[in-house]
Amino acid sequence: MPRVHDRGGWPTDEPIDRSEHQIMDWELRVSAIRQVLGQKGLLRSDELRRGIESIKPSRYEALGYYERWTESIESIIVEKGVLTREEIDQKVADLEAQSR
Amino acid sequence: MASSVGGAKFRRGDRVRVLSLDVKGHMRTPWYIQGKTGVIERSHGPYLNPESLAYGGSGLPAQPLYLVRFNQLEVWEGYTGPGDDRVLADVFEHWLEPA
Repeated sequence: MPRVHDRGGWPTDEPIDRSEHQIMDWELRVSAIRQVLGQKGLLRSDELRRGIESIKPSRYEALGYYERWTESIESIIVEKGVLTREEIDQKVADLEAQSR
Repeated sequence: MASSVGGAKFRRGDRVRVLSLDVKGHMRTPWYIQGKTGVIERSHGPYLNPESLAYGGSGLPAQPLYLVRFNQLEVWEGYTGPGDDRVLADVFEHWLEPA
């Protein structure tokens, strides 16, 4: 049984969804963060992929493309000690408080 | 790119079988070609090993990477498309054996 990300050839009766969607601002930001982390030598493509592949299968299926990137980026930079979960959670809480 | 150990083992036209290695972590060989036989289409040269890079490793020794051509009829059980359909995949040398 292939792992959840190893999708080639999975049987389905559904047609392939080829529709394009509007790229959201937060998705562009996630892509930019990933590029900056790569340029600074803090995140390699293979690490990003490994992080995505480590997401629990049920959660993997529920998340969108850049949501998976976000989860992977967070887990890799926490693993490397660049940021702690607490620092990330605190920043999110601060931003939420500001926007209220 | 970084130098590989021993250079490329396979040449264009060589028949190869993809191994089913028990790699638990990150790897780039899709499940559907594991155990299948194909033909070397092109040698890409040595590349750092993603199975090491994915965990913060150096990726050394670099592994020769090949473009391998498979016949769809041999890859998919019950394939009903044209008999000359092919699927191409990049495969690292340590995943290949002569066939």
